[in-house]
Amino acid sequence: MKRRNLGWLSLGSLLSYSAWADMPLNLTQGATEVSRNVYDLHMLVLYICTGIGIIVFGIMFWSMIFHRKSKGAKSASFHESTKIEILWTAIPIVILIAMAVPATSTLIEMEDNSNADVTIQITGSQWKWHYKYFDQGIEYYSVLSTPREQYENHQSNSAIKNEHYLLEVDKPLVIPANKKVRFLMTSDDVIHSWWVPAFAVKQDANPGFINEAWTKVDQPGIYRGQCAELCGKDHGFMPIVVEVKSEADYQNWLIEQQQLIAQSAEAEKASLNSSLAMDELMQLGEQVYLANCAACHQPTGLGLPPAFPALKNSPVATGDINEHIITVFNGRVGTGMQGYGKQLTLKEIAAVVTYERNAWGNNTGDSVQPADVNAAVAK
Amino acid sequence: MTTEVLTEDLSEHNQHHKMTGIKRWLYTTNHKDIGTLYLWFSFIMFLTGGALAMIIRMELFQPGLQIVEPDFFNQLTTVHGLIMVFGAIMPAFTGLANWMLPMMIGAPDMALPRLNNWSFWILPFAFAILIGSFFMESGAPNFGWTFYAPLSTTYSNGSTAFFVFAVHIMGISSIMGAINIVVTIMNLRAPGMTYMKMPLFVWTFFITAYLLIAVMPVLAGVVTMVLTDTYFGTSFFNAAGGGDPVMFQHIFWFFGHPEVYIMILPAFGIVSTTIPTFARKKLFGYSSMVYATASIALLSFIVWAHHMFTTGMPLFGELFFMYCTMLIAVPTGVKVFNWMATMWRGSMTFETPMLFSIAFVILFTIGGFSGLMLALTPVDFQYHDTYFVVAHFHYVLVTGSLFSIYAGAYYWLPKWTGHMYNDVLSKWHFWCSLISVNLLFFPMHFLGLAGMPRRIPDYALQFADFNKWISIGGFAFGLSQLIFLVVVIKCIKGGEKAPAKPWEGAEGLEWTVPSPAPYHTFSTPPKID
Amino acid sequence: MTTKEYESYYVPAHSKWPIVGAFALFLIAFGAGNYVHDLNNNSSGYGGYLLIAGFALIIYMVYGWFSNVINESMAGRYSHQMDNSFRQGMSWFIFSEVMFFAAFFGALLYARQFAVPWLGGAGNNAMTAEVLWPEFTASWPLLKTPDGTETNEMGWYGLPLINTVLLLTSSITAHFAHVALEQNKRSQLKVWMVLTISLGIAFLFFQVQEYGHGYSEEMQLYLTSGIYGNTFYLLTGFHGMHVTLGVIMLTVMFIRILKGHFTPNNHFAFQAASWYWHFVDVVWVMLFIFVYII
Ligand code: HEA
Ligand code: HEA
Ligand code: HEC
Ligand code: CUA
Ligand SMILES: [Cu+2]
Repeated sequence: MKRRNLGWLSLGSLLSYSAWADMPLNLTQGATEVSRNVYDLHMLVLYICTGIGIIVFGIMFWSMIFHRKSKGAKSASFHESTKIEILWTAIPIVILIAMAVPATSTLIEMEDNSNADVTIQITGSQWKWHYKYFDQGIEYYSVLSTPREQYENHQSNSAIKNEHYLLEVDKPLVIPANKKVRFLMTSDDVIHSWWVPAFAVKQDANPGFINEAWTKVDQPGIYRGQCAELCGKDHGFMPIVVEVKSEADYQNWLIEQQQLIAQSAEAEKASLNSSLAMDELMQLGEQVYLANCAACHQPTGLGLPPAFPALKNSPVATGDINEHIITVFNGRVGTGMQGYGKQLTLKEIAAVVTYERNAWGNNTGDSVQPADVNAAVAK
Repeated sequence: MTTEVLTEDLSEHNQHHKMTGIKRWLYTTNHKDIGTLYLWFSFIMFLTGGALAMIIRMELFQPGLQIVEPDFFNQLTTVHGLIMVFGAIMPAFTGLANWMLPMMIGAPDMALPRLNNWSFWILPFAFAILIGSFFMESGAPNFGWTFYAPLSTTYSNGSTAFFVFAVHIMGISSIMGAINIVVTIMNLRAPGMTYMKMPLFVWTFFITAYLLIAVMPVLAGVVTMVLTDTYFGTSFFNAAGGGDPVMFQHIFWFFGHPEVYIMILPAFGIVSTTIPTFARKKLFGYSSMVYATASIALLSFIVWAHHMFTTGMPLFGELFFMYCTMLIAVPTGVKVFNWMATMWRGSMTFETPMLFSIAFVILFTIGGFSGLMLALTPVDFQYHDTYFVVAHFHYVLVTGSLFSIYAGAYYWLPKWTGHMYNDVLSKWHFWCSLISVNLLFFPMHFLGLAGMPRRIPDYALQFADFNKWISIGGFAFGLSQLIFLVVVIKCIKGGEKAPAKPWEGAEGLEWTVPSPAPYHTFSTPPKID
Repeated sequence: MTTKEYESYYVPAHSKWPIVGAFALFLIAFGAGNYVHDLNNNSSGYGGYLLIAGFALIIYMVYGWFSNVINESMAGRYSHQMDNSFRQGMSWFIFSEVMFFAAFFGALLYARQFAVPWLGGAGNNAMTAEVLWPEFTASWPLLKTPDGTETNEMGWYGLPLINTVLLLTSSITAHFAHVALEQNKRSQLKVWMVLTISLGIAFLFFQVQEYGHGYSEEMQLYLTSGIYGNTFYLLTGFHGMHVTLGVIMLTVMFIRILKGHFTPNNHFAFQAASWYWHFVDVVWVMLFIFVYII
C-alpha cells in the first residue's frame, strides 16, 4: 500500500504544475488530545493493514512469479489443512483485539461530555450554522462568506478565489483555549453534521434531538471544517470556522459581544421611529437578499421551482404586505423557508421586503418601514 | 444428454419450440435467455450510471461550479449510486446466476421459469421510472442513494413518490429472483450433488439469495414509511410526532449493510471458481470457504450501525457495532488466505479472467482494509462522509464486484457464445482498467483524509490537484470499459471456435456440455459420483 | 429422488404472462406515483386511471397465468419435484412477507423503546428534553406528541379481542378444511371453507368498524396522530390488506373445490392459500400483543 502511494505521488508531482504541498496527505493530528489519540489509532491500523498487505500480497506475487506454468511449475495437490485454517482465524482475532483496546478507550474518552466549562448550542439549518452560548445571551448565525462570483464560473470567468475559498464565514464560532467546551447539536430542518477535523469532532445535528460532543483545544488559532451530512442543494456551501482564543481574549470577546447586543437592541428600538428613504431601503434590501435569500430564491428572483418558488410576480411578494412580512418573519413550517425574525433586524426585514416588492419588475412601489414590520408581526 | 424437456405450452396453442425475434425475449422461460437479458441490461445500466459519474467527475475537475447546478449534482450522485447498485451490479450477478447455476448443478432450468422471466422484465420498467424522473419538473431524487429522512421526506422534491414506487417494484423483482435461486439450488440439484459437493459459486449465490429474501422486504418497508411521511402526514422520522430521523437510518442500514455483502459474496464465488482453474490446483479449504461465507452473511445482520457512528448512538451501541464489524475481517481474511494458498505452488497461467481475479483479490483486500479502518468508531468520526468512504466503497465495488463480474464474463464467454474472445483486446481492457481505476480511486483516500466531504459539487482549493487527476483517471476508466463492449460484440459475432472446455484446469458440469451451450442442458440429469 | 422425476421436470416453453405482469407493475408504480403526486399538489391527473388499469391488468395476468398452471397441473405435467419447488417458493415468499412486517414492528419497537423515551430525556438525552421539548413527557401509547397533537388509546378489549377470536378460529377451520381435503371428505371440506372465508370477511368488517371508531370525534385516532397513530394504522392496515388477499385466495380455492379440483395428495394451491392464512393469523397475534395489549 505504502509503496503504491509513493508511486502515485511521484507520478503526480512529475506531471502536475501546482505544488502538492498544498494538501496534507494524511489525517490531521489536530489540536486536541483526543484528535491526537485518534490520529495515533489511525496510524496504528494503517501500519497493521500495510503489514498484513505486504505479507499477503507478497506471498501472492511470489507464487505468481515462481509458480507459473511457463516456468515449468507443476501444481501441488494439497488443498486442505484444518491446522492452518485455525491459525489464520486466530491470528487476525488477536490483531483485532489489539486494535479494539485503544479504540475503546479513545471512544470512551470522546463520549464523556461531563464537567464542561462552556456550553454552546449549535443548530444547523439550510445552509448555515447558529451558535448560542448558554447563560451568556449571545447567539448568532454563521454563514459562508465567499462571494458568489467566486464559485459560479459557468462561463469560466469567475473572480479570483480567496485563499480560504468555501471555508470562510462571516462570523466564526469563538471558544476559549484549554477549556472543556461542550457542544449541543441540533437542527431546524434536515440532518446536518458539524465537523472540525482538528478537534476530531463530527456529530450529526438531528432535527428534534440534541447530540452532545466536546473539545478542549490547546492552541489558539483558526480551525476550519464543513458540514458533513448531505443536507440539500447547498450542502457543499456551509463551512464551519472556529476561532480559538486565549482565556483573556475570550473574556474580552464576550464583553464586546454583550455590548454589541445592547447596541443593536438600541438600534432596533431607534429604527422603530425612523423612516428610511426608498433607495436606502432598496440598497440595504439587496444586500440582505443576496446574503440570505438568493441561495434559494436566486439573485434573479426566479427561484428554482418547484422546490423554491419565484418571488418575481409571486402573489405574496406583489400582494398583501402583511402576509409578505409574516412569511419572511415566521417562515413556513416544514419547508425550506425558515423564519428570519430571529436572524435579521427589523430594519433588515423591512429592507428586504421592500426590495422584493420592487425588484425584478415587481414594481409595487411599496416601501416598508421597520415599524410596519413590528406592527405586522405583533398581531 | 439432448433429450427434450417437456415444453409444450398449453395455453398458447402454439407448439413452436423456440420463438424468434422480439417475442423470444419477451416470452422466454429459458434460463440462458433470461441470463443474457440480465447481463445486457446490467451492462447498459453500467454505462448509464457511468455516464452520470462522468458528469460528476467533469464538475469536480476543477474548483467552482462549472457545468451543473448544485441541486442537479445531488441528483447525479443519487441516481449514479442507485443505478450502479440496483441496476448494474445486482442484475449482473443475477444474470450470471441464471446462466450458470442450472448448468453447475445439473438442472434442466431454473425451478420457476415463468417467475424468472417476470423478475427480469420488471427491472427495465423500474429503471425507466427512476431515470425518467430526470425529465420531470421536479427532477430526479436528490437525497443520496441512502435517502436519509427528513431530506427525503418533508424536504424532498416532488418526484419522491416515483422513487418510492420504483424501488418497490425493483424489490419485488429481486425477491422473486432470489426465491427462484434458493428453490433451484435446494430442489433441482442432480442426484449425488450433495450440498458440500456444490461448487463454491453455487454456495455463494445460495447464501446471497437468502440475504436478499431477508432484507429486500425491509427496504420496501422503509420506503413505504418515507412515502407516508412525505405525503400522508405520518411522523415516523419526525421528532415532533414522536418519531426519530435516526430510526430511518437504522431501518435503512439493516437493509443496506447486508446489501453490500449481497454485492460481494457472489464475487467471492466467481474468483473461487477462476483462481483454481488457472492455478491448476483445487480450491484450498473448500469447507472453510463455505463456513466463512455463511459467517459473513450472519454477521452482516448485526453490524448495520457502523454507518451511523456519528448519529449520537449511546456508547454501548457504538462499541457493540464496532466490535461486530471488526469481526467480519476474520472470515473475509480466511477467504483471502485461502485464495492465496490456492495460488501457492500452483501452475499458474494468466488469461484475462485470471488477471481480473488476481486484481480482484488484491484491490478488494485494500478496500477491505479501509473498511476495517472505518469500523473503528473513534477514527470513523474523522473518515465518515468524506472521500475516504467513497474510496473504500469504490474499491470493494468497482475493483471488487465489477472486476469479479468481468472475470466471470471472460471465463464463461466461450461457453455462452461458442467463440473465444479476442485475447489481445481483452488484455488491453484489463491493463487500461487496472491503471486508470487506481488513478481514479486511490487518491480519493488522500482527499478524504485531508478533509474533503463527499456529495459536494465544489471544494476548497487545496483539493484541486487530486480531483483533477481523479477525473482524468475516471475518464480513462470509462473509455476502457468501451473496449469490453467491443470484445463482447466481436465474440458474439465470431472468432476462434471454443472447445467444450477451453480452460485446461477448469472443473465443473458446465464444461461437460458443448460450447455454445445448447438451448436446453441436462434434460436428463448428469451422474455425480 | 429418482432419475425419472428429473426427466419430467416441466419447463414451459414460453409465456406471455410474465411480461404482461411486468407491464402491469409498471402501470401500478407509475400510476401510483402520479396519483400520490397529484393528491399532494391538489391537481387532477391520469395517475388514478393508470393505477386502476394496472390493477386490472394484474388481475388479468394472475387469472391467465394461474389458468395455465392449473391446466398443466390437471394434465398431470407436474412431478412431485415440481410440487416441491412450488412449496419451497411459497414458503420463502411468506418469509419475505414476515420480513416486510418486521420492518414495521421494528419501527414500533424502536419508537417505544428509544425514540419516545429519548424525547422525554432518557439515556444521554437530558438536553433534548430540557432544551427542545420542555413540555413533553414520554409515555406509551404516545397520546400527546412533542408538538402537542393529542389522541386516545385504542383498547384491546371489544373489537380487537373479538377479531382475535375470529381470526384464530378461522385458522383452526382452515386447518380442518385441509384435513378434510386430505381425507377426501369433500362436503366437510366445503363447509370448513365457507366457515373460514366467512370468519375472514367478518374480521375485515370489524376492522373497518374499528377504523371508523378510531376516526370518530371521541377517539380522534388518526393516521396523522403522531407515532402511535402511524404505527397503529400502518401495521393494522397492511395486515388488513393481507387478510383481504388471503380471503381472495381462499375464495378462489373454494371455487376450484366446487369445480372438483384437488386430490388428497395433489393440492399445492390449496395448501399455499392455507399457509398464507396461517401466516396472516400469526401476524395478527403479534399485532394484538404489541400494538394493542402492551
Ligand atoms: C461490496 C461492498 C462492500 C464490502 C464488501 C464492504 C466491506 C466492509 N466495509 Fe464497507 N461500505 C460499502 C460497501 C462495502 N463494504 C459501501 C457502499 C459503503 C458506503 C455506503 C454509503 O454511505 O453510501 C460502505 C461503508 C462502510 C462503513 C461506513 C463508513 C462511514 O460512512 O463512515 C464502514 C464502517 O465500519 C464499513 C466497513 C466495512 C468493513 C469492516 C468491511 C469488511 O467486510 C472488509 C473485510 C475485509 C478485509 C479486512 C480485508 C481482507 C482480510 C484480511 C487480509 C485478513 C486480515 C486482516 C486484518 C486482521 C486487518 N464500510
Ligand atoms: C457498484 C457500484 C459503483 C460503480 C461501478 C461506480 C463507478 C464509478 N463511480 Fe461511483 N458511487 C457508487 C457506486 C458505484 N460507482 C455509490 C453507491 C455512490 C454513492 C452515491 C451517494 O453518495 O449517494 C457513488 C458515488 C460516487 C462519487 C461521489 C459523488 C459524491 O459524493 O458527490 C463519485 C465521484 O467521483 C463516483 C465516481 C465513479 C466513477 C468515476 C465510476 C466509474 O467506475 C464509472 C466508469 C464507467 C463508465 C464511465 C461508463 C462507460 C463509458 C461510457 C458510457 C462512455 C462515456 C465515457 C466517457 C465520456 C469518458 N461515484
Ligand atoms: C433554504 C431555502 C430558502 C431561503 C434561504 C429563503 N427562502 Fe423564502 N422560501 C423558501 C421555500 C421552500 C418557500 C416556499 C414555502 C412554501 O412551500 O410554502 C419560500 C417562500 C417564500 C416566500 C413566499 C413566496 C410565495 O409565493 O409563496 C417569500 C416572500 C420568501 N420565501 C421570502 C424569502 C426571503 C425574504 C428570504 C431571505 C431573507 C428567503 N425567502 C430565504 C425557501 C427559502
Ligand atoms: Cu448542512 Cu450538509
Ligand atoms: Cu456496512
